[in-house]
Amino acid sequence: MTDTTQAPQAAPMVPSFDDTETDRKLAIICSKGSLDMAYPGLILANAALGEGVETHLFFTFWGFDMINKKTMGDLKFTPLGNTATHMPQGLGGLPGITHMATSKLKKSIADLDVPEVPEFLDQIVASGGHLWACKMSADMNHLTEEDLYDEVEAIISASDFIELTEGAQLLFI
Amino acid sequence: MPVTTIDGHEIHVDDEGFMTVYDEWSEDLGKTLAAQIGIDMTDEHWQAIRFLRSDFTAQGETPTLRRVSVTGGIPTKRLFQLFPKKPAKKMAYVAGLPKPQGCV
Repeated sequence: MTDTTQAPQAAPMVPSFDDTETDRKLAIICSKGSLDMAYPGLILANAALGEGVETHLFFTFWGFDMINKKTMGDLKFTPLGNTATHMPQGLGGLPGITHMATSKLKKSIADLDVPEVPEFLDQIVASGGHLWACKMSADMNHLTEEDLYDEVEAIISASDFIELTEGAQLLFI
Repeated sequence: MPVTTIDGHEIHVDDEGFMTVYDEWSEDLGKTLAAQIGIDMTDEHWQAIRFLRSDFTAQGETPTLRRVSVTGGIPTKRLFQLFPKKPAKKMAYVAGLPKPQGCV
């Protein structure tokens, strides 16, 4: 039974999902084509989209390997020149090391239930993310939209990208 | 731990308002929580929420959006339509679970 005579209750505690304030925008420039440098941009894009942030990724230079159909599923990781692996640097140059390090990193990523690059891009697009390819990189590598992951919206110039991400926060990776 | 009253249900919540006691939740309450954030529950919404509840029991943590999509079988795009802007957090809220901790 509801007692309508009691004093009004304090408003219930409800999380603020900030539905109204959604003009935040994030631009991520992906310029690297190695496996370990592909993930930071993808993970951050995915996180931003999950927070309702409009997100644009611009693939340029080596970052093109992330959206080139020929290479996107086969990015590699090398310990060579990467002191953070804490391995003797001489080892990095031995035959087979890149393959071994790549397999190991892929397994660590898969163990966390994080998808491979192509599937990760699918997820980002399904979440409303926008993918753009750099025109100069396309020209340099003689690539057209046909060569790129289907969900890339267009090949655009650097100035087009700057224009369409007006007001965005920017990450260069 | 704060206690708040929503539509006659007295529930324990964290500082943001997410429920902290699994067993204080019921589908009736879930419907009320959804209404608080502007969501009118349909069968599809319930399918997601029931997955979250059962997966939480099995895994001990709130599933991420990816898990709801891949394991729960509801496409990511659809989840963004059902629970706009912040689907993972909104689903967790309606399901009476903590915010998901996973990054992906």
